[in-house]
Amino acid sequence: MTLKSEDIRNIAHLARLHIDEDAIDDYVDDLSNILSLVDQMNQVDSSSVAPLSNPLDATQRLRADEVTETNQRDKFQQIAPDVADGFYRVPKVIE
Amino acid sequence: MTRSVIEICEGLATGEFSSVEITQDYLARIAQHNPALNCFISVTGELALEQARQADTVRAAGNAGALTGVPIAHKDLFCTDGVRTSCGSRILDNFIAPYDATVIEQFNQGGTVMLGKTNMDEFAMGSSNENSYYGSVANPWNLKHVPGGSSGGSAAAVAAGLAPAATGTDTGGSIRQPAAFCGVTGIKPTYGRVSRYGMVAFASSLDQGGPFARSAEDCALLLQTMAKFDPRDSTSSEQAVPDYSAGLGQGIEGLKIGLPKEYFADGLDSRIAGVIETAIDELRKLGAEIKEISLPNTGLSIPTYYVVAMAECSSNLSRFDGVRFGHRCENPVDLEDLYKRSRGEGFGAEVKRRILIGTYALSAGYYDAYYLKAQQLRRMIKDDFQSAFDSVDLILGPTTPEVAFEIGAKTDDPVSMYLQDIYTISLNLAGLPGMSLPVGFVDGLPVGMQLIGNYFDEAGLLAAAHSYQQVSDWHLQTPGLTS
Repeated sequence: MTLKSEDIRNIAHLARLHIDEDAIDDYVDDLSNILSLVDQMNQVDSSSVAPLSNPLDATQRLRADEVTETNQRDKFQQIAPDVADGFYRVPKVIE
Repeated sequence: MTRSVIEICEGLATGEFSSVEITQDYLARIAQHNPALNCFISVTGELALEQARQADTVRAAGNAGALTGVPIAHKDLFCTDGVRTSCGSRILDNFIAPYDATVIEQFNQGGTVMLGKTNMDEFAMGSSNENSYYGSVANPWNLKHVPGGSSGGSAAAVAAGLAPAATGTDTGGSIRQPAAFCGVTGIKPTYGRVSRYGMVAFASSLDQGGPFARSAEDCALLLQTMAKFDPRDSTSSEQAVPDYSAGLGQGIEGLKIGLPKEYFADGLDSRIAGVIETAIDELRKLGAEIKEISLPNTGLSIPTYYVVAMAECSSNLSRFDGVRFGHRCENPVDLEDLYKRSRGEGFGAEVKRRILIGTYALSAGYYDAYYLKAQQLRRMIKDDFQSAFDSVDLILGPTTPEVAFEIGAKTDDPVSMYLQDIYTISLNLAGLPGMSLPVGFVDGLPVGMQLIGNYFDEAGLLAAAHSYQQVSDWHLQTPGLTS
């Protein structure tokens, strides 16, 4: 599997990750090498095997829908980059 | 300063020294050696002395528990309330965790003393500790070599005697491989045995916390504090936790140990193979029955692992967006710019590679070919182990194909770095427990032997390792750090 620089730009956009233009070629090489390694998976026919997502084949435990956490907004906002009146500030989203 | 945890417990119990005194000794040793080794991202000296004073008070009142007053280091990806939790990343360089991980809470309740937070590959992604925003860690046995990763700081700190024990996490070998490279003992428990709450997620279906120490006996004591059902972790196990220390004496007479032929094939340094053979002979003398087994899908574990790990990491790391905590770029023009530049500036090269691959593998049209396929192979790898455990009690092999390599030797080739994990990652895919213990040296660098147990048989692993350590002294060797 070989990727092109345009693929890297697309994937980086999907991941909301800025990649420097002059680093794109390195990513093309590195990611193509990793995908070649990954392509070894196709040596085996696994079409009849059920996928395994939890290693113990366990399912997610559910709990009663009750409030178990206290409101710690002030504490959490102490480490936020930009807050105002109890809100997190971001650049304008809607004109 | 090569006291074991057990020896420290005894010294504290008999009054040979106080927790404050032993803590001061370790802090002094950290001040002396950390500049060269770089094991710690943060040293929490004041907090440590406060906790030590408290531990001494608790002990004076006659309320000491098994680990009261024992100093310990924590990998910098366990959230610690009020203390920076960086995960080795620029994006969390300013992150003061607002709560404690369950593991930290359990150690605090047990009265241990936190010396500091240890260095690691960024977000636990790496096998050499070179992917840290805070610089690489030196292997105490040879400062030009890596300590392994991702929990390299924890392993090196224990090896160098900067802490008697440390916590780590293991997603693909991140406890066992650095334990092997640094000549210490480390155990990765069964998936779900130790709570993941507050342990910053890399790949949620693979991540598992565990301890590093100088011996299996010490690891038993530490794991006792860590292993517990936690309702705050949705994949935490409700299985009862046995008394690990009480089980250490069960011996290995009559134990059936399997050697996977794939773990001794091409790619293994023949000198490591020789060291492992000698250790196997010791186990035979102790009464173990050794037989060859096969784990036929071993070769598939690397591609399978990297798809699963990268897919899950790309999803988990989407939370780092520069909005609620962590690094935010200067003057974002819009929300997308804020996300992209905060993440682009905050993450290092390897984390970016993994996020990109994971995003690609999960993107429309590729999910079945990559993630689903990997999950199918994951079951085949698990099934291999399950059939093996029909005929053996434990599986044994080398922890790594090579001893610790030189700093910089593999940084230009991510794939060659990934191949280092060949013997360790299949356990994470299968969710099985494994441990590494020192069994010799090659070129003056430690060799680790890996023991693999059946689900929730941590007690069996620890007992087998303990039996070996009763008749060997590799775990007692210490690196010759100047002064």
